[in-house]
Amino acid sequence: MKHFEIQEQDQVYDAIIVGSGAGGGMAGYVLANAGLKVLMLEAGPFFDPAKDALQLRWPWESPRRGASTVRPFGDFDAAYGGWQLEGEPYSTVDGTDFQWFRARMLGGRTNHWGRISLRMGQDDFKPTDGVTDEWPITYEEVKPFYDKVDRLIGIYGTVEGLPNEPDGIFLKPPKPRLNELFIKRGAKKAGVTVIPGRGSVLTEALPGMKGRGTCFYCGQCGRSCKVYGDFSSSSCLVIPAIKTNNLKVIDNAMVREVLTNEEGLATGVSYVNTVDLKEYSVRGKLVILGASACESARLLLNSKSKAHPGGLGNSSGLVGKYLHDSTGSSMSGFIPDLMERKRYNEDGTGSVHIYSPWWLDNKKLSFPRGYHIEYGGGLHMPSYGFLDWVPSVNGQVPDKNGNKKEQGGYGVSLKNDYRRFYGANVGMAGRGTALAHKHNYCEIDPGKVDKFGIPVLRFHYKWGKEEVAQAKHMQETFQSIMHEMGAIITSPTYGPETSYGLEAPGKIIHEGGTARMGNDPKTSVLNKWCQSHDCKNLFVVDAAPFVQQGDKNLTWTILALSMRTAEHILEQRSKLNI
Amino acid sequence: MNRRESIKAIGLTTVGTGILLESCTQEDSNKAGKATEPTSKKLPGVQDFEHVRNTRLSSEQFFTDHEMATITVLSDIIIPKDDFSESASAAGVPAFIEFMVKDIPDYKLPMRGGLKWLDVQCLKRYNKVFVDCDEKEQLNMVDEIAYPLKARPEMQQGVAFFNLMRSLTASGFFTSEIGVKDIGYVGNRPGPWDGVPEDVLSQYGFTGNE
Repeated sequence: MKHFEIQEQDQVYDAIIVGSGAGGGMAGYVLANAGLKVLMLEAGPFFDPAKDALQLRWPWESPRRGASTVRPFGDFDAAYGGWQLEGEPYSTVDGTDFQWFRARMLGGRTNHWGRISLRMGQDDFKPTDGVTDEWPITYEEVKPFYDKVDRLIGIYGTVEGLPNEPDGIFLKPPKPRLNELFIKRGAKKAGVTVIPGRGSVLTEALPGMKGRGTCFYCGQCGRSCKVYGDFSSSSCLVIPAIKTNNLKVIDNAMVREVLTNEEGLATGVSYVNTVDLKEYSVRGKLVILGASACESARLLLNSKSKAHPGGLGNSSGLVGKYLHDSTGSSMSGFIPDLMERKRYNEDGTGSVHIYSPWWLDNKKLSFPRGYHIEYGGGLHMPSYGFLDWVPSVNGQVPDKNGNKKEQGGYGVSLKNDYRRFYGANVGMAGRGTALAHKHNYCEIDPGKVDKFGIPVLRFHYKWGKEEVAQAKHMQETFQSIMHEMGAIITSPTYGPETSYGLEAPGKIIHEGGTARMGNDPKTSVLNKWCQSHDCKNLFVVDAAPFVQQGDKNLTWTILALSMRTAEHILEQRSKLNI
Repeated sequence: MNRRESIKAIGLTTVGTGILLESCTQEDSNKAGKATEPTSKKLPGVQDFEHVRNTRLSSEQFFTDHEMATITVLSDIIIPKDDFSESASAAGVPAFIEFMVKDIPDYKLPMRGGLKWLDVQCLKRYNKVFVDCDEKEQLNMVDEIAYPLKARPEMQQGVAFFNLMRSLTASGFFTSEIGVKDIGYVGNRPGPWDGVPEDVLSQYGFTGNE
């Protein structure tokens, strides 16, 4: 018996897609609906929110009451995976940091994301800041695809006409919760714009859409939705594409390499089955990578051949370079006015009800671009640690008779404090533009492989002074909003010693830029259709093609660009020989 | 699918929402006292390795009987029975804490050491371990470590232990069926969301047009 046998399949697919998240899912959906025979490979197991969501479970149905010991966002969160995966390490160069979140499952990270769905604007594609690089495409070129994504998937929001914050085709937004009314009031006094949130949740039936339910307001989008009331790539793209009989999904398939022929064209991929550890190779006329920005870069760099000695599509040497996440810094507190508030169900949607788009002119600021603010708090479902803050603030607010008590305590009086403070909490988090630099990158670690024998990534990422300045500005803004709404801050004061609470790169899970698009093959990896400059039947449809993301969460742009790429592939079928 | 059909799809009718609520209340009385759902039951969507881990942790025992007795007394001091609900131990908090220290092993040492610290303090003062002290003695001891800002410097290790014990107790209690009902959380069920109720809006000076 041979110890290492590669099972080859005879069928040649029109396209092989690696990854089933927003990018892979959309490409698969468009191509399968157009009649192409598509094979999709997913490194994790099949996942159908209708069956597998932990939606509507109670905290006591988890032995750890939803604590984040196993899943980083708690036991009920939909993501299989996290910043660390057993047997699939990554490394960082000394003195730098990057936290790499991977969800191994059908639909990837779209099963648990915040559904905050923002378009990048004119200035995000063609920056005017004199610092960041421009895209080879304009907002006007992407707009028709954003529009189609809005209609296909559904998004709530309001038409506002704000600069660089393009409106979409919106369903009605959910009304604000009580603490959000306080935030709006405070933010207005602090000079910060607040508008209704924009989320991919069906607050009403989506015209022409069958097979998806509307939101019933449990506030649990993070657990994925059993009635497909929000956007997950699994429920809204991949599972419907399977029903065309043109898309086949192989799950638990970890791709090793993209295979190429003598001319350097892609011929298929090789993968290992993560369950039985058998090796396979499959053939396709096209290969489309949607494995996530860093995983796609890893795959390209690991696909070396005579025609592509530095890794597939890497003649520019830029695969892995220009890695950038979003910045993030946050603050939490509580509103004394909201203590002992009336109880009612305010779960709402699991996306944001309100948010603050970037509202300032940068001319007087020490950093380019900007950030938006997401808000939280209220009468949420109890879970592990949710009242931990109470004993450290119960000495700060006098009771009805004006008496202050000693902080901490126990007994009936403390039990009452938990009840009094519950739902009065409020939180805010900034998400901003981190600059795409060539010197922030991932590469193949020369000395390490994962449990499948695949060489792993090594990261080299450092924040610059612009990101730190942005975090400082966030903290100052949050303080001012908290003050104006009469809130007491409970989170630590983040000063220069913590870079103003700036999260480590990767923590916001918005990484992109590792195979950036451009017109010049010397300064970019892909052309403006997300097609490799070096290998014409290879495309990348996750966030790797991003030249520079704005402060807008990137999923909606991944979807629009992947749809645009898939439609381009259909138009170019004869040239691409499919 | 409209909202009514959405709700049907998850096995509830709009009428059934009421039934769901009632059945929850009934379960309350049946299951009172149990720390968690039996971990032998694997929920759909829970990964195999997670289930194996949960089952293994549940089958192990970390705390001794004496330690569990001390945890039980302490948790009921922190969250006693009152006019509205049962005590921490009635809500299964000690068993929850036993699980959590195995789930987060960093808690093992501070919990075990803290419990020992408490007994040693009581032996010095009363010549008895904590659980053998009378209620007045126990509360006198707890008073020394329950108020971080006024605790004496030599009590700081006790304060650190009590902070952890208090957090675990509150987490365990308010995420139990008894505790969720006590805190007044009324969500986690299908329903409409039409904004803040009128009476609440006017209570805080909002008009509803914000």
